[in-house]
Amino acid sequence: MAVNFFYFFIFPGLLFTAVTGAFLSWFDRKITARVQFRKGPPLLQPFYDFFKLLLVKETILPKHGSPVLFLLAPVFGVIGAVLAGIFILLPLFDITTGFKGDLLVIFYLLTIPSFSYITGSLASGNPLAAIGGSREMKLIMSYELTFLLFIAGIIMKCDQQFDLYNIIHAQQTGSPFIASISGVLLFIVGVFCIQAKLALVPFDMPEAEAEITEGIFIEYSGPAYALIKLTKYIMIFILPALLVAVLMNGFRLEGINILWAVLKILLVVLILTLIRNTNPRIKIKQAIGFFMIWMNLIAVIALVLISFGY
Amino acid sequence: MAIKIKKVGFKNYCFKKSLWVFHFGGASCNNCDIEILDCLTPRYDLERFGILLVGSIRHADVLLVNGSINKRDKDRLIEIYNQAPKPILVVAIGACGCTGGIFAEGITFAGPVDRIIPVDAYIPGCPPKPEAIIAGIVKLAGR
Repeated sequence: MAVNFFYFFIFPGLLFTAVTGAFLSWFDRKITARVQFRKGPPLLQPFYDFFKLLLVKETILPKHGSPVLFLLAPVFGVIGAVLAGIFILLPLFDITTGFKGDLLVIFYLLTIPSFSYITGSLASGNPLAAIGGSREMKLIMSYELTFLLFIAGIIMKCDQQFDLYNIIHAQQTGSPFIASISGVLLFIVGVFCIQAKLALVPFDMPEAEAEITEGIFIEYSGPAYALIKLTKYIMIFILPALLVAVLMNGFRLEGINILWAVLKILLVVLILTLIRNTNPRIKIKQAIGFFMIWMNLIAVIALVLISFGY
Repeated sequence: MAIKIKKVGFKNYCFKKSLWVFHFGGASCNNCDIEILDCLTPRYDLERFGILLVGSIRHADVLLVNGSINKRDKDRLIEIYNQAPKPILVVAIGACGCTGGIFAEGITFAGPVDRIIPVDAYIPGCPPKPEAIIAGIVKLAGR
């Protein structure tokens, strides 16, 4: 029992994912600054932001809306992100528990933060938040099928194995899945799905800053917004970790391999950041077209290639 | 220098290290707006002090007010100030924000900013240079 609490709250649960994610979020901001020839924020900036929101600021409740749902939504978001993070990270660190690391459970848990954002934004009663919420809904509907095809591709590559332990083991005994044509195609699809799940710039229409002024988060302030920041920190760590686990050989935790594990995560975050910095925000219609037609097409090609053994 | 946040400690340190800025332009001639935007460009880069420009007043820690405040702006300014989560710092930028400047005796003028809401720092100039704005914000964060 105590060990389960340890898994949930300390390692690899809430504390570990949050701290690592905060550093990754700093990395993201620093790379953004360097791309724009700026100096960028200090290393502990995400912690300053989080503790300022949590300890100093007050939370203002919406007058026209549902305050209870408004406050509960960020809590659900954090819980969903932490649960998904545990089920991704336990196999990665090769800690065996009763749970077998089923990919479909991870798929469902990863949608909880997005749904909690939608709930919170619609409960705030702000028209701009409602626009953001509806955009987030359309975005989920467009990328979720692609993400499912991506997971189906991984499962097919691993001889219909659903659990993450076997997928990582199959890669570590054989070759990593990315070292094949279908693996590269799946990597491209996965990177764009993660980009949309994190709502980074080509797909940030739910929280378009200049257009609908942070959209879904417009009414959040103080500790409630701190929890949303926490969810974002956790998500920017666990989604690249999932990609590393299913395509790039997972982690090996002895000697020099720890360095490789860190570099693999940083590489995926670097790719996400560079995509974010070199693209403008697209319209929601274009995003749906992009995922429904092009990404699905690439995913299906990858599935066909896998069935022929490439 | 009206409100003091002189409680040194972890909370106050985090607050000073992460000031998020919301920009309220009154009846401005746009010069101060352009100088404020200059502060966020690569040449001056306020993000190295943790300062970000946010889109929603609910996320803001600093309310930048520039331009002369006329009778219509006054209600909006009070509403924005009441919508902000406390503690919030108010900075009046430019001659119009600080004193009224050349509009001080106009018939539509509704008083300088500190007669409407409490102001924590004044940055005079017409417009103030980005260096002056950064100096003002660093002084505000340093006290």
